[in-house]
Parts: sequence; C-alpha cells; structure tokens
Amino acid sequence: MIGRVLPPLPRTARPTLGAGRHLVERNALFFRGHVLVILGGFFEALFYLLSIGIGVSDLVGDVEGPGGKTLEYTEFVAPAMLAASAMNGAVMESFNIMAKLHLSKAYEAVLATPITIRDIAVGEITWSLMRGGAYSAAFLAVMASLGLVSSWWAVLALPAALLVGFTFAALGLAAVSVIRGWQDFEWVMTAVLPMFLFSGTFAPLSTYPDPVAWLARAMPLYHGVSLLRGLTTGAVSGVLLVHLLYLVLLGVAAFWVATRRLEANLLT
Amino acid sequence: MRTALPAMEYWLLRNRRYWRTQLSAMTVGPVLYLAALGLGVGSLVDDNVGADGVQGVDYLAFIAPGLLAVTAMQQGFEESSWPVIGALRWWGSYPAQQVTSLRTRDVLTGHLLYVTVKLTAAVTVFTAIAALFGAFDSAWVLAAAPASVLCGVAHAAPIAAFSITRRVEMSIAAFYRFVILPTSLFSGAFFPISQLPAGLEQVAYVTPLWHGVDLCRDLALGEATFAASLGHVAYLALWAVGGYLLALRLYARRLAP
Amino acid sequence: MSATRDEASTQEGSTALGAAPALVSARGLVKAFGEGDKRRVAVDGIDVEVLEGEAFGFLGPNGAGKSSTMRMIGCTSPATGGTLRVLGLDPATDGPAIRAGLGVVPQEDSLDGELTVRDNLVIYGRYFGLPWKACRSRADELLEFVQLSDRSDSRVDTLSGGMKRRLTIARALVNNPRMVLLDEPTTGLDPQARHVVWERLFQLKRSGVTLILTTHYMDEAEQLCDRLVVMDAGRIAAGGSPRELIAAHCTREVVEARPADGETARPAEVLASLAERIEVLPDRILLYTDSGDDTAAAVTHHHELDLASVLVRRASLEDVFLRLTGRTLVD
Repeated sequence: MIGRVLPPLPRTARPTLGAGRHLVERNALFFRGHVLVILGGFFEALFYLLSIGIGVSDLVGDVEGPGGKTLEYTEFVAPAMLAASAMNGAVMESFNIMAKLHLSKAYEAVLATPITIRDIAVGEITWSLMRGGAYSAAFLAVMASLGLVSSWWAVLALPAALLVGFTFAALGLAAVSVIRGWQDFEWVMTAVLPMFLFSGTFAPLSTYPDPVAWLARAMPLYHGVSLLRGLTTGAVSGVLLVHLLYLVLLGVAAFWVATRRLEANLLT
Repeated sequence: MRTALPAMEYWLLRNRRYWRTQLSAMTVGPVLYLAALGLGVGSLVDDNVGADGVQGVDYLAFIAPGLLAVTAMQQGFEESSWPVIGALRWWGSYPAQQVTSLRTRDVLTGHLLYVTVKLTAAVTVFTAIAALFGAFDSAWVLAAAPASVLCGVAHAAPIAAFSITRRVEMSIAAFYRFVILPTSLFSGAFFPISQLPAGLEQVAYVTPLWHGVDLCRDLALGEATFAASLGHVAYLALWAVGGYLLALRLYARRLAP
Repeated sequence: MSATRDEASTQEGSTALGAAPALVSARGLVKAFGEGDKRRVAVDGIDVEVLEGEAFGFLGPNGAGKSSTMRMIGCTSPATGGTLRVLGLDPATDGPAIRAGLGVVPQEDSLDGELTVRDNLVIYGRYFGLPWKACRSRADELLEFVQLSDRSDSRVDTLSGGMKRRLTIARALVNNPRMVLLDEPTTGLDPQARHVVWERLFQLKRSGVTLILTTHYMDEAEQLCDRLVVMDAGRIAAGGSPRELIAAHCTREVVEARPADGETARPAEVLASLAERIEVLPDRILLYTDSGDDTAAAVTHHHELDLASVLVRRASLEDVFLRLTGRTLVD
C-alpha cells in the first residue's frame, strides 16, 4: 500500500509568508557546487582595479574628483568599479532568470506551488542582492586595505552599492519580462556596455563631448557611480540625495513593471 | 584541409541568421572602447605624460594595436569555448557530423577554420574603425591585422582542447574570469608591462597574448624589426599548432564511439 | 479511502452528506485568449464535477481545450468566464491556498535542469513551505516510490524521458496533495515506461488520492479513469464511465475490414447493409455490430472484395470518440 510508501507529512502544507526566500534557497542549492563562479564575480572587479592601480593610474596621474577634490586615478576609478560590478552582477543574474523563463520553463513548475509571481520577483532580486552585497563588501575591504578610501562616509558605500544592485536587478527583471526572447536580450547587453564605459566611470564627465555627458547623466549607472564616488572620497553634499532618489524611484518603478509584466506573461 | 570544409560550412550556415547582430557587435564594441579608453582616458593620459607619450606615441596610438590583439583573443575564446560545448551536447552538431564521412580531424579543423574566418572579419572591422579614429599612422598596420588573426588562432586552438574536456559549462565562465580576463588586462595592451611588479612581468612574457600585442603594436607603429617579429610569429605559431595537436587527441578521446 | 488524508477530507464540498465532496466544480467555465478579431476560445462553457477519491479523465484530441482546463484548475491560468471552485475555494482569490493542496504534473518537462534529482524534490518541498528536514526525508521516500533512488545525485538532464516523467510525478507528490493533476502523463514515453507510470498512478489512486488526467490515448483512459468526459473544440461532447460511454454511444463489438488496395469507398457501399452503422476511415472500414463473428463472416462472404484483413474486436473509447466527433483521436 502506498500509505506505507508515503507516510503523512509532519504538518499540513500551508503557504508561508515571505515565500520568496525559497527561490533564494534554490539558487543557493545550485551554486553550492559552483563556488568558483561565485568568487569569479569578485575577482573580475578586483582584476580591473589592479590593472588600473598598477598600470593605467601611473599614466593618467591625478584627476579632478567630485567637489573639485584632486584624486589619484585609482581612487577615482575604484568606486566606479564598485558600482559597475553591482550592475554587472545584477545583469548576469537577469541572464539566469531569462534562461529560467524562456528555456527551462522552471517558473511554470514553481507557480504550481503556493509561490506567487511576486514571491519569484522578490526572491530573485534578493538572491541577486545577497550575491552582489557579498562582492561589494569584499571589494570595499580591498579598497580600504589599498588606501583608496578617504572618509568614514565610505561605510555607507555598502548599502549604496546594494541600492545600485537593487535598481539594476529590478531593471534587469523588467527587461526580461518585456522582451520576447534571446534575440532581444542581445540589445539589453548592448545597452550595458556603453553605460559601463560612459558613466563617468573611467574619466570625469567634463572630458566628454556635451551631448555624451548629458546622455550619461540620464543613465542609472552614472548616478550609482556618482553616489559611491561621493561616499568613498568623502565629497558628501546634497547632490548625493538626488542620485539616491533617482536610483530608488527607478528601481521601484522597474520592480512594479516587472511584476505586472511577469503576471501577464506567466499567468495566461 | 579540404575534407574539413563541410564542417566549416556548417558553422557558417548556422551563424548566417545572426550576421547582422554579429556585425553590429563587432562594430559597436571597438567604437565604444576606442572612444572611452583611446579618447576619454587618452585625453587624461596625454595631458599627464606630455609630449613623450606612452612609448613615444599618444595613448590612442598605443592602445589601438593592443586592443586589436585582445579583440582577436576574445573572439577566439568566444567561438571555441561555449560553441564547443554546445556542438557536443546542446545542439548535437559534433555527434551529427561524426556519423557522416567526416573524420574527427575534420570536425575540429572545420570548427577552427570557421573561427579563423570569424576572426578575420572581426579584426578587419576593428582595424577599419581604429583607422577612422586616427589611431594608425603607418601602412604597416595592414600587416598587423593578419598578425592578430594568428594571435586569435593561437588562443582558439588550445581553448577548444580545454573546452572539449569540460563536463560542466560553468567552468567556461570560470576560465574566462580567471584566465582570459586577467590576461587581457595584464598583457601590455593597456599599459606597458614594464610597470608590472617583477615576477608578474616575466609571467606576461610567457603569455601568447603579450607576443600578439607586441607584434601588432610594432607593426602598427611601423617599428617592427624582422628578428623580433619572427620570434613573435614563431611563438604564436607554436601555441596554435601545439593547441591544435592537443585538441586533436582530446577530440578523438571525447568523440570516440 | 486512505488513512493518510482523513484530516483534510471533511472540510468542504457542496454535495449531500455521505457522498464524497466535490474537489472540482465548474459551471459554464470559459477560457479565451486574445481580444477582438484574434480572440480564440479554448474552453467554451463546460460543466465538470470531480469527486474526492476518483480518477477523472479529460479525453480529446490536441487542441480540444484539455490543457487549458487543467491550468485553470491548477490556478495558474485565470478563467475568462463561468464559475470554478477547487478544493472548495475560489482560484481567483485563493490561488496559493488551493495550490498548497494540489500536485501538478505538466505536459512539458519543467524540471530544474541545474539541480540534481534529489534537490529537485527538496527545493520543491520548500516551495510548499515544508521544513528542510521533512523535505529531505520526503524526497528520499518519493525517489523510492518512483524507483529513482539510485539516480538521486544525478543531474536531471542525464535522465531518460520515462525517468523524468516519474520524477515529475514524484515532485507533484511532495506536498502530500489531495488531488493530482496530470497533463498527458504518458505522451512521448515508450510502452514499457508507460506501464511503469500507469502502475504508480494506480497505486496512488488506491491510496485515495484524487487524480485528474488528460489524455488522447484510449487505453490510458480505460485503464485509469473512473469517469471521464470527451472534449472536442472546447466543449464536452459526452461524459460517464468508460463502460457507460461505450454502451451509450456504441455497439458491443466492431469489425475492421482493411481493403488490400487501400481503396475504401466502393467496399464501404457493399458492406453498409451488414451492420447497424459503419465508419469509413482512409485505410479501413469499421462496422458496428452486436455480434462481431456473424458480421465478420458476412463480410468475408463478399469474395469480390479484395480484403487484406478482417478482424473482430471489442468496442473502445476510440469508437465513442469517432461517433461523437466524426474524427479519430490520434491522426
């Protein structure tokens, strides 16, 4: 008899609050066997920082930082790398989400359980933030040990990096929910590269031609870079609140769009 | 070589649908990098180092041939890492080719020939764009393009050998982050390797990419000497041929019935 | 009914005391996709009642609306019209609570290819809010149940089609569901693998789990279903037990005559008078009769017809379907 094969559960299955955490657990189960990949994200940012610190920084010399402060080039670029790696981590994660949505149909199976679309969105973004947050913390520690942090405000750079990660994770999820398939995903990747290169990342906006500079100011990464640069160099002013507000609003709006669109796509 | 052509044609056919996307990726990438690094960071560098420049030239002229070699390496990686795993497991291309009259040797050669075609296209586009940016003064740059193709193949062949042995596709991502990326950053493309700490500098000399970068740069700047160039070419050829022979053995083992 | 689920079986249900409660009850259920000119009606106003403990089938060809109905019952697809109650609750408002009591085996394999066989079950249990420890022991029991214990650490992509289907069934049982929905549970499997699946499903049914399945295989419906409805073009054409359906829409036996040259039109004219009713298919002629042997003898008597074979068989659901819709199920 199957009654013997399948004994009753210790308690009746009921939907739990905050079920999004189970999506986090799923990802943790998967990456348990892929520690190198997890570490990879941190090393990527570290390699960039070192190549600039060892090589390019000597060639560039000093640059003008926020608030007219003179900065060593490495000091100038490091917070930008922090922001960029938060962005890249979130984008890579949306790549995984894309695969689950369009290739493996994994979410369809998830939705047959008490888990809701909102739980999925919250869970995937939380995972992305946990991963990104770990990188950011490690990266900040490296920055501090290399003497690239000149202010106690830098303590706030960690939550700020998490905010950047949240904004891009939500944007990535929204993008994934809007596009039709892999062909369109190319365009998402195409949008990331110029943002990475032209958000005041490697050179101050003042070196750009005017139209490029204005375009950069509209991009979320520019606000992430500026926010983090302000905090790690201690050039704190009211302008940082503008950057902060921009990222919060954009992230919340993107999250709203993402859950709406995913509901329309998955619950047909 | 002729018996491998059908395998190469398979890859061309397979990618034909995406040629627009691929061409735009080949174009947009170089334009953005040259603008951001060559012009953007370049303006900072040129202000700082003054008239002497980096190794005697402005930063754009210094970095463009380096980026050319790096582009070739990255393209070689792109086309001989994931696609090898895909052809083996996801799309079944290798198994399908194996039950035809193609030999294992042809399967590998055909794939690498396709990589060479793709590389040639990518470096041609790059050279043209960099020339439009005004990165080159000497007509010798026309010799730098084929040199970078050699650099690309010197990486693609051993990477194909590596990829055919992988059982988890994740290790390709790890390979990129721990080998390809640091090599790209520390092999003299973005700054002279003399700035590297002792020890690391010697490691850089061993990488095939540094030889590719140095060869391309000497040619592009019209400063190439015959002996040095021959040395670089021989070293790159060694990697290409050695990688090919290794891949041959590993393909035979993995694709064995 | 099984002792394992008495805690759940007394809560709801609108039927009279003593009768099994209705786990699914649909009235005028409609599912339409698209708007305006592009509007396509997949389910066109069906009434269905599924009682606790029974195995209920939706039989029909591809595109009949079976899967859409299943997805509405599984609360992953909102109904366009009509009323639907599942486990006594309303899918529109109580989706998560309903799904907590359901097991779903979708038609397409939706296993997590990045996880191992065992982890697929463990994490699925977590989705239902079960504690880790319970998930792990449950996973091991279920792997035993579907005979996959020896593959528990394999990656899912290394499994055969039949193994994947069994794993999907195990996954659907992780929350000890009151009702399991199976969409084409054996489509694409080889005969041996089908029988393994059927045998496991039969055991489940015996233990008191309510099963709802869709199929376009007659033998599957006859093997597993207590009751079924025949669906065609989004509507229910008939319903009842397999035997009732055959009795109501068919004769007891069928004679199949297969012309050697494959030309059926002329022999059909000759044979029409020999049976209550005949159906002409592209390659053969079916004669419906209550006495197969007599009819078969009469058919072979027509020496002028060059028949490759004449055989007598019992009427099946296939014949019911042919009668109701004028089409065969699997073309």
